[in-house]
This record gives sequence, C-alpha cells and structure tokens, in this order.
Amino acid sequence: MGKKHKSISYAKWGYIFIIPFFVVYAVCTLVPLFSTFLYSFFDYYTTMDFRTIGPNFVGLQNYIDMFTPDRTGAIDLLNYTGNTLLMWVMGAVPQVLFALVLALIFTGIRLRIKGQGFFKTVIYMPNLIMASAFSMLFFTLFSPVGPVNQVLTQITGGDPFLFFSDIWATRSIIAFINFLMWFGNTTILLMAGIMGIDQSLFEASSIDGATSKQTFFKITLPLLIPIIVYVLVTALIGGLQMYDVPQIMTNGKGGVDMTAQTLVMQLNRMIGGVTKNYGKAGALSAYIFIVTGLLSILVFKVTGNSSGKKKAKKGGK
Amino acid sequence: MAKLKNLDAPAKVKNYSDFQNEKGATSLLIARIASYVFLVFVTVMCLFSFYLLIINSTRSNAELQSGFSLLPREHFFENFGNAMKKTTFFLPQGLLNSLIIAAATSILTVYFSAMTAYGIFVYDFRGRKLADKFILLVMMIPTQVSAVGFVQLINQFKLVNTYWPLIIPAIAAPATYFYMKQYIEGALPLEVVEAARVDGSNEFRTFNTICLPMLKPALAVQMIFAFVGSWNNFFTPALVISKAELMTVPIMISIINSDLHSQAGDLGKLYMYIFISIVPVVIVYMFLSKFIIKGVTLGSVKG
Repeated sequence: MGKKHKSISYAKWGYIFIIPFFVVYAVCTLVPLFSTFLYSFFDYYTTMDFRTIGPNFVGLQNYIDMFTPDRTGAIDLLNYTGNTLLMWVMGAVPQVLFALVLALIFTGIRLRIKGQGFFKTVIYMPNLIMASAFSMLFFTLFSPVGPVNQVLTQITGGDPFLFFSDIWATRSIIAFINFLMWFGNTTILLMAGIMGIDQSLFEASSIDGATSKQTFFKITLPLLIPIIVYVLVTALIGGLQMYDVPQIMTNGKGGVDMTAQTLVMQLNRMIGGVTKNYGKAGALSAYIFIVTGLLSILVFKVTGNSSGKKKAKKGGK
Repeated sequence: MAKLKNLDAPAKVKNYSDFQNEKGATSLLIARIASYVFLVFVTVMCLFSFYLLIINSTRSNAELQSGFSLLPREHFFENFGNAMKKTTFFLPQGLLNSLIIAAATSILTVYFSAMTAYGIFVYDFRGRKLADKFILLVMMIPTQVSAVGFVQLINQFKLVNTYWPLIIPAIAAPATYFYMKQYIEGALPLEVVEAARVDGSNEFRTFNTICLPMLKPALAVQMIFAFVGSWNNFFTPALVISKAELMTVPIMISIINSDLHSQAGDLGKLYMYIFISIVPVVIVYMFLSKFIIKGVTLGSVKG
C-alpha cells in the first residue's frame, strides 16, 4: 500500500521525463507525416522556373496515376517495390546467417576462441564507412578496367564483363554491400540475445545427453526467436529505405531498365531535384508506409506463431 | 561451397558446458579450426575495403583512372594538398560542420532516449503502457516517409540552411529508446531510485548523477550508433543544406563524385576525402568499441 502511494505522488515526474520525446516526435515526425499524407490528395508541384502549382485537391488521382500501367503495360511502382525487396532479401539472408554463425562462435564457451575482442571489433567496422564510399569503391572494383575484370579477362581471354550492364550482377553487388555493412550490427544483437538465455538450460540439456545439434535447434534457436524478429523487422525497415548504395552505384539512373531502382530513390527523384512534386511524392510515401506496415505484421505473424508454439510446449512441460 | 561448410560446422559442435565426454574432443578441435578459418575470412572481407580506400588515397587521378592496383603509390600528400584546397567548399569546414551535427545529435539522442526510457520504467503514471506501445509502434515508420512534409515544415519555419532540422529531431529516436528501455530493465534496480529519494535527492538529480552513470555501457553503444549514423547521413542534410559553408562531408563527397561523371573530377582527391572522413569515426569507434563488445551483452545478461 505504502509503495503504491509513493509511486502515485511521483507520477507527474513520469510525464516530465517523457514530454521532450513526445513533443519533438509530434512536431518533427507526426506533423510532417500527416501533411505528407494530406498532400497526396492534392495536385501540388514546383516547375523549372520556380513557380509553385497548387495545392489543388484532386482526390485519389495521384494514387490512380501511381498504379496506372505505362505504354508497355508495366506498373513502375510494382517493379520498384520488387527491386527493393529482392535486393533486401539477397542481402539480408547472408546477413542473418553470417551473424548467427558468428554469434554462436563468440558465445560458444567450449570453443574458447582467442582474440575475440579483435574479431568483434573488426566485424562492425564496415558500418563506419559511408554507404556512398562503399558504392564508389565497388563501382571501381567491378568496372571494365577494374581488378575483377583484370583477373577475369586473364582467365577467359575474352572481353571484360560489364557488371553494371547486367541486371543480376548490379543487384548482387548492391545486396553484397548492404550485407557487408550490416552483418556486424546483427551479430552484436544476436550475441546479446544468446547471452541472455539462461545458461542452466544448456547445462541441463547437456546432462540429459542432448547432441549439439539438438541443443541448437531445440533450445538456442527457439529462445532466440524474439531477437531474430527484432533483427528482421529493423533490417526490413532499413531495407525498404535502401537509397545511398543503389543511387551512387547506378549514378541515380536505376541501372539497366531501372531494375535497381528502389522506392526511396524514386521518392528522392520527386523531391530531391530542382522541381518537386509534393503530391505524387506524398502518394508514394503513403504507399511505402503501408508496405512497411504490412510486411512488419507479416514478419511478426510468421515468426510470432512459431515462438508461440514453443512457449505452449514449454508451458506443457 | 567452402563457405557453406564453415557455416555449418560451428553450429553443430557448439556447446555451452564442459559436461561432454571425450568423443567430442576431435569434433571440438575441428569446430575450433573451422571457426578460426571463418573468422579470418570475415576479417579479411571487412578490412579489405579499408585497405583499398587507403591505397587509393595514395594514388593519383591518372593512376586511378587507368586501372587498379593493390600497391600503394607516393601521391598521398599531393592528394592531401588537393583535398585541403578551398574550392566552392572547404573540407576542414565540412569536417567541423559534420562534427558539430554528429556530436549534438548523438548526445541528444542518448540523453533523451535514456530519459524517456527512465521515465516510463521508474514512474507509475496513467498512459505509461500506452506511451511505451506507441514508441514501439512508430519505430516501424521509415524516416523518409515523412520527408515531404518535413521539407515543407522547414520551409515554413525558414529553417532551410540551418542545422536545427538536423539536430532537434534526434531528441526523439524510437529505436534508441527501445534499446535503452531493455537495458534499464536489466541494469537499474528501483531500490537505487528509492534510496536516493530517502537521501533527499530530487528526481532530476537522481537521474542525472546516479542513474545515468549506471547506464554508461548502453549510452556508449547507442552514442556510437548515433554518431556514425549522423556522420554518414546524406539523405536529410541534402534536403536541408545548400549553402557551401554549411555543407557536411557526405554532401561534399557526392558533389565531387558527380563531377567525375563530367570528366572534371579528380579521383585521387575523392578518395582522399573519403579517407579523411573515415578517420574521425574510426577514432570514436576505437574509444567506444570496448563498450560495444561488453555493453551490448551486459544488459541482457542481467535481464
């Protein structure tokens, strides 16, 4: 009783402590977010001679335009969504796998790896390099006169391979850079997750004669699911924001037939240049918002179910 | 293929206790060797880019244009001189600008995230659960989605070409809050707060002088994430800054890079810019990395 009374008298401090966050969030993110959505219902843009047209209410026209097929019958927006997700998956799968293996190596007590501090320090380092610097570096590495082609032409004796004229080569290089930049970050998170698991569970399983494989699939992995969900969701949000790497890599042109154009590159094209189209950019933003939300829910549903099952099992025991 | 083998091996043999019998000895040895091979492979992969960036900063534009080499050349100081020359913009100015923004951003982010997490963890007030849920929910919103409205807002308040739009939003960082909250739950016993009250400390002082120091590892981890994020950020500064004397390093680099496509650029100078821009973050990282390695795990161990 006494404790409760005490905490009530301090309640106002709770508000004082959280107010700065909420005020700033409302002003800097919520207000812009709503005005962005609002603009999506207006014809509102600037022209080359710095005149501003609108805002004139047009209803859902911007959304209709966004989903209208072009002359060839393709819907650009869906292609860009596909590109973004594809390049994200190509980078995220090795990212999580590498991170998982590294986290297991670092937390494996019996392995007794020496120089752990060094390795842990190094794996995060690629994240220190600007995405644009990475992109330039890989652009020169894979250019027709670059070292990769120098080796390649010596082996095949033929002409240099034009990596950036090849759809899948371009996408793979972009995905690889994203993987390289982020797997260290993921490793740190997974490591924290594994070390959070109750050590007595491992001891118990060992006494019961569980093989290492069983220990991993029956104990480590299921208990790691919440952290993996967090990793996947944050990676997904990051992936949908993919911008710097493909932008620099393709010099803002989106690669062959726009097959490396991402959603945010498209957004930047609408508001980053001399002419700005707030209406159309607003509609695209709303679309990205909805896609992010749906995919996050999907990740939670898929992974949430499996962890729910595990919890039920544990409870039954 | 070799890579795949390495991927499997450590997972198979990994075990957490020493209760195993001798038949595990050989497989443990194999696992250990495989782990080292994998670690060395990963290390080379990570450091190779740094090596190339450094090598490239020692080569002249002509050398860089004509081809590639893994050996350093002698043009380091020449490139350095070129990079330090004042053109439309001035690299030392850019470094200073980036430093001001990154330092302010990272301090605000960790301080106010810790403060918010502390407020929600320590105090019992109406809407506490809701506030927590709300922040978790908005963590899912990509930053760029509100960019259109953000640009408009900056225009309205005449904040174009100022640093306010880059610094102030750092106060509300949902992902950092989430991490701080997790950490505080594990690392901060409520008894500490109550003991401080008994001693007559006011709530702000308790937070600033007693609780904040207890969160040092988490603050350091998030500080470096925020610093690097801000230092390397291109998207938002490019929307806000157009004046040469206010430009950050990533904007300068993108300008030099676009010069290259018009054949007017100097690759040697570009790589020197990149090299110089990496030095500060590497220094900050080296100072704080021990917290990253220890700190990130500490919270969850206790939790």
